[in-house]
Amino acid sequence: MTDCTVTTRVRQVNENQCHMCMPLGGVVALRGVEHSIALVHGSQGCSTYMRLANVEHFNEPIDIASSSLNEKQTIFGGEANLRKALDNVIRVYQPKVIGIMTSCLAETMGDDIERFIETYKNDREIREIDIIPVSTPSYNGTHTEGFWATTRAVVAYYARPTERHPGINVIVPNISPADIREIKRILDLMGLEYTLLPDYSLTLDRPFGGRYQKIAPGGTSTAGIARMAGAQATIQFGLTCPEPLSPGLFLEQQFGVPLINLPLPIGLDSMDLFVRTLHDLSRRPVPESLVLERGWLCDGMADAHKINAGARPAIYGEPELIYALAKLCMENGSIPAVIASGTQNSGLVGLLQPLLKDALEEPVILEEADFVTIEEAAVRKGANLAIGHSGGRYLTERQGIPGVRVGYPIHDRIGGQRILSVGYTGTLAFLDRFTNTLLEAKHGSYRRLRKEEMLNKKGVSNAKA
Amino acid sequence: MENDCSLPAGSAPCIDERQFSIMTTGKNKSRIHCADDSLAGAVSQRACVYSGARVVLNPVTDAVHLVHGPIGCASYTWDIRGSLSSDSEMFRQSFSTDLKERDVVFGGEPKLAACIDEIVEKYHPPAIFVYSTCVVGMIGDDIIAVCKEASHRHGIEVIPVESSGFISGNKIVGYRAAGDALLKLIRPKEGETVEKTRKLNYLGEYNLGGEKWLVESYLREMGIEINVAFTGDSTVADLKKAPGACLNLVQCTGSMHWVAMSLDQEYGIPYIDVNFFGAENTAESLRKIASFYGDDEIMRRTEALIEREMKKVRPVIDRYREKLTGKRAAIYVGGAFKALAIIRQLKELGMEVMFTGTQTGKQEDYEQISSIVSEGTVVIDDANPAEIEKFLLEKDVDMMAGGVKERFLAHKLGIGFVDHNHDRKDGLAGFEGAIRFAREVYATTCSPVWERVKKNPFEEVQD
Repeated sequence: MTDCTVTTRVRQVNENQCHMCMPLGGVVALRGVEHSIALVHGSQGCSTYMRLANVEHFNEPIDIASSSLNEKQTIFGGEANLRKALDNVIRVYQPKVIGIMTSCLAETMGDDIERFIETYKNDREIREIDIIPVSTPSYNGTHTEGFWATTRAVVAYYARPTERHPGINVIVPNISPADIREIKRILDLMGLEYTLLPDYSLTLDRPFGGRYQKIAPGGTSTAGIARMAGAQATIQFGLTCPEPLSPGLFLEQQFGVPLINLPLPIGLDSMDLFVRTLHDLSRRPVPESLVLERGWLCDGMADAHKINAGARPAIYGEPELIYALAKLCMENGSIPAVIASGTQNSGLVGLLQPLLKDALEEPVILEEADFVTIEEAAVRKGANLAIGHSGGRYLTERQGIPGVRVGYPIHDRIGGQRILSVGYTGTLAFLDRFTNTLLEAKHGSYRRLRKEEMLNKKGVSNAKA
Repeated sequence: MENDCSLPAGSAPCIDERQFSIMTTGKNKSRIHCADDSLAGAVSQRACVYSGARVVLNPVTDAVHLVHGPIGCASYTWDIRGSLSSDSEMFRQSFSTDLKERDVVFGGEPKLAACIDEIVEKYHPPAIFVYSTCVVGMIGDDIIAVCKEASHRHGIEVIPVESSGFISGNKIVGYRAAGDALLKLIRPKEGETVEKTRKLNYLGEYNLGGEKWLVESYLREMGIEINVAFTGDSTVADLKKAPGACLNLVQCTGSMHWVAMSLDQEYGIPYIDVNFFGAENTAESLRKIASFYGDDEIMRRTEALIEREMKKVRPVIDRYREKLTGKRAAIYVGGAFKALAIIRQLKELGMEVMFTGTQTGKQEDYEQISSIVSEGTVVIDDANPAEIEKFLLEKDVDMMAGGVKERFLAHKLGIGFVDHNHDRKDGLAGFEGAIRFAREVYATTCSPVWERVKKNPFEEVQD
């Protein structure tokens, strides 16, 4: 890449948001801890909006408590309401873990949550319930940072010096429950013992049947999280995770667990790297079944390579995912038109530069982007695919660029929780969606477009006329 | 008052303090508690003041809606309603001042002013609504002053909407803030007058799925014209003509009663309540409007329209009633106006309403609800998921009507669900809406899915 344009938003106003607020990511991460419930310390509206966003994405009932702050508490402090909220949540939900995410309001008020919790636990003589505060003011970060901050807070709360064991830690960013299940399947295939955090593969995608439980079964056990401190290594899909929020870095610095930061295993190269890493850690052969899956992916890549070479996608969303998707595009001969994230300071540009150095085309890379900027860049660069969450719907609705939904949040399609893109099998599933969306657009328009281009209204070739 | 929460601790837990917000018709002697703030930790389905203000004002199509605060408040409400527009799509852009830590520390006023300047330069909108959010209220930004200065600077309306979320968890307060903003917008400037007409304003109509257009087509056939709707498919210029109407129709009473009363006081425009959800309600409302005009030709046309449409609706309702008679329903929606309309429609379909409730109902709303449901119906104000789950199971409900947050709880319990919220894409108003509603109720209540997913054919043979 010679002189690829990198732009950070220069305008003051944010028009059509490409990111959500910090506690929202925290709520998702916390659902990956067994028997847990999230409590948002703030106005009633915050938790209701977060429920809505998650309900629409995961198609699951999602309960998030609120301390329902009102005018009085903003003056006198939110302690009484927080205590009442804890009382009621404990009574109705009987959780083992409560994560308290702060809203902008609570942070601005300056409530000392840690002290509130300590006093509360002493007064109520609570020993069996863990209450974990996470600072998540959305004027300091997006839902992506909220996800990492919460995961790190959970690790920091439970991890204790433990005897060394051969198991590994696997820390995932905000991916779909189906992606988590696939990563677990691959870990099982490679014969490794592991603790995966946060594991919301069941809690945010529960199968139908059985008695309804207010807190969905599943999630990483707190005993497992405590043992993370003794693992032989941590694999974290967190190349873009800011260091102060990095759970893997915390385990390395506090407990000496070596951190291996990998790209999300989407695409052949990234998945190969993941499998190679697992082999190095387990010293076990790569099973035949996984080799077969790899072969099917390679076969699919070969068959679709010329179609994919014509793709000029606009990729947008959380940095970890769009980095993985950009790699996937490049290894299939497609150079993205736009690569955009609503987050700032994710290091995305530095990661992308080596990938793009030999590219014939220049993508526009946008950090702290809003969709007005993304839309403008996509049109200018002739994007013919829009890849990402529902925020990009106007790219399709207004600019006619066909969309492939992946990422979070997705509210204009069903099944956000089941979108599979990791592993050899998941990559092939994604690649087929990618290729077929191009084909659908092609078949739906190529006769008409060519006719309009070459013939005049009477159906006579323009060249002759 | 029947206390429905008297179960032993640990079985189906309810919160004691909530007991006076739940009553059973026929059994209760005291009045339902419904003016309370939401209880901390109760997982209320309510939202916030900002949310209330935003949903009311957002359908003003050519205005810019600028949310002054950190990013979340704007991103959660981007394109939140399925309101349709006949022209400008400006209202579907989501503007945020995207406050960062430095703004919170040093004040957000300069950034707000800069954002307004950028917007005016790019779009030249006729008006900008500036919504305040929790943080802005907390740090004490003087948005009234910033808006006033910007208004002078650019010669357009820049209207502050005082909707800091923490003022209340009840959207009603936000409706009031939106109402204030609308009244400010339409008030004629000194020396200006608005010409009086025979047209009517249609308040509390948001043109979801083109519902305003549908009612407009009925009224046009009757010989009556809509001046402007508050706020579905409205423009700033149209809204400024509002004082020229001779009548206000009030559909969504929760959001617009107060505005209607103010318009009556300020401009002498009388109002009547209407309800276009359900065929019977639609017919009744059209007659009410016609009789206000007291014109024989209008009355004749109205009756002809009702007769023609009812001929289409009745056989459809009859067909579905055969399938739905005796099925048990639950309703939990935002406002009482909607609850009342749905209760009536479900009864027309032969269904029994087992429990019902709202997020924002008032005392008199609940009295009205209690008077039209049968004895033994549970009525809840500000219900939470635990209560909804409890009564769905206890009352053996077949179908629930509500919003997105309740949808998947119902599905998980194997119960049908009808969406009656403000992000729906298809109209449910008028005669054709009544048909669509009945079809949807049938499709979900009698879906072949339920009997299948509830069976486990491997119970005996699985691990």
